Amino acid sequence: MTRYVIKRLVQSIPVIFGITVLSFAIMKLAPGDPLANFVNPTISMEDLEASRSALGLNDPWYVQYTRWLSEVVRGNLGYTYAGNHSIRMLIGQRLPNTIILTLSAFILSFAVGVPIGVMGAVRKNTRTDYGLTIFSLVGVSVPSFFFGLLMIYLFSILLGIFPPGGMVNIRARYVGFARIMDIAHHLVLPAIVLSLSNIATVSRFTRSNMVDVLKEDYIRTARAKGLRNKAIVYKHAFRNALIPVITIFGLSIPFLFSGAYITESIFNWPGMGSLGIQAIQDREYGIVMALNLITATLVLMGNLTADILYAVADPRIRH
Amino acid sequence: MQIFQKNSFYDLAYRRFMRNRLAIIGAAITLAFVFIAVFAPVLTPYGPSEFFFSADGTTYSRYAAPSGAHLLGTDALGRDVLTRILYGARVTILVAFSAVLISTVIGTIVGLVAGYFGGIVDGVLMRIVDVVISFPVLFLLISISTILTPSVWIVVFAIGFVRWTNTARLVRGEVLRIKELDFVSAARGVGSTSTKIILRHIIPNILAPVMVQITIGTAQAVLMEASLSFLGVGVQQPTPSWGNMLIDAQRSLVLREMPWIWIPPGTVTLLLVLGIYFLGDGLRDAFDPKQ
Repeated sequence: MTRYVIKRLVQSIPVIFGITVLSFAIMKLAPGDPLANFVNPTISMEDLEASRSALGLNDPWYVQYTRWLSEVVRGNLGYTYAGNHSIRMLIGQRLPNTIILTLSAFILSFAVGVPIGVMGAVRKNTRTDYGLTIFSLVGVSVPSFFFGLLMIYLFSILLGIFPPGGMVNIRARYVGFARIMDIAHHLVLPAIVLSLSNIATVSRFTRSNMVDVLKEDYIRTARAKGLRNKAIVYKHAFRNALIPVITIFGLSIPFLFSGAYITESIFNWPGMGSLGIQAIQDREYGIVMALNLITATLVLMGNLTADILYAVADPRIRH
Repeated sequence: MQIFQKNSFYDLAYRRFMRNRLAIIGAAITLAFVFIAVFAPVLTPYGPSEFFFSADGTTYSRYAAPSGAHLLGTDALGRDVLTRILYGARVTILVAFSAVLISTVIGTIVGLVAGYFGGIVDGVLMRIVDVVISFPVLFLLISISTILTPSVWIVVFAIGFVRWTNTARLVRGEVLRIKELDFVSAARGVGSTSTKIILRHIIPNILAPVMVQITIGTAQAVLMEASLSFLGVGVQQPTPSWGNMLIDAQRSLVLREMPWIWIPPGTVTLLLVLGIYFLGDGLRDAFDPKQ
């Protein structure tokens, strides 16, 4: 087991390195001069060139990359062109909000997706199963921005049950428990929108695993022993079918972060996604790059954790 | 009707496919959209960027409600919504098919090389796949199309160059399995070259899973193009795209009062993606009798 963990850790070192190179390359390829926003228009070409040299912008790319990397590992993600705000501070303010949203969607995906998948497998080829299969396919097919707009239209505009956007009721200024309830109230629609497609993926995956497991010899043995169907499904089959679902844990993370971009911008959720969209509109490449770097690293760690959990749950995988 | 050699792998798969009602529905929906894309100019009397004037002829007919002349009304600039949806099918299908062509070619080559030759080549290629996969797709796409000026072809290349990783992993796995089989050893035994083994023995055996992957990839490419265009970094106005037709719905007045602007383009996106998924599921079940 230790060997497996070490092997996976060693494998992720070049990947982390690649992630930083790609993030850096994306920023370097961006058009526009970082100085363009700072200088006053009357500056001479010589002075401009001098300050470019002073800032190291004329150094070869690998020198710039090394310098940038050494700042990043010390936690300095740079500053915005406009206003010279610390990017780390900006992201630090937004990251918790994105985590609240993605974590809720994550929990919702498995809490709803797994039971749907099990139900489909147990009632394989019945009307319930076909209905659930079609539901899952619709779930992965609906564009999330369209689904989000539909939900706002239905639940905010027509029914008025949930707020159409934001994270807190600004006018009410709740504190303590009332504030938590207020956030939860704002969280319902975005969490549903963000998780829909993932619910569908989880349920399809769970169903096909469960169908496979239900064909195994030990299930037949359990039936031959005369066990009740409930005991077979939930004690014997369910546990084994659940193991591969761990791999979806890892896959869900990049998926949910991607989805957060759209969901947050539709619902004005003050997270990293809406920060990213704003950054793109303002051409703040520093923020875009920092977001790429942070999410890619989170995803890598998520995958690593999922792989290790998988190996813990299923010893056969270690070899 | 006998298309393939009787009782061959593809003949059996074809017969299983034709018995699958959802798969047939999916194929019909997909073909219907291809038909719309090809014949858009015949299906509507208007042009996609043609402006219409209000009854008194002085102002543009902005946000006109559905009527006999404009079955789905007009948009913010007084253009016919239905016409833009029909022409939008062209953009969507062009982008999705071209992007999937790129990602399939790259993914298949990388997967074949990594799986067949193994060793360091495999290690390096798979780490590159790991790097690309670590970036949430949409982040990477948005970064790419922000840096380069967004256009239809940038969207195509961005999706194509980001989405090849799934195909690469799939092909590599299949190659690893197939290259250990007896007929490959036999071919090697009689002195076939690597090129010949790959072309004659391995590629024909990975076609089925790659075809399934192509359909799934197409469905995902449709969604990605729509998402990028919705976020304003994909297909740009005045070119109609189902995604950029929904941008306007972020204004609460449009969302509240003018459902004809945003419900139809969203619904056709859903329908097309659903159709392609039905088709893909049907193909998978047809190729894999165990299911």
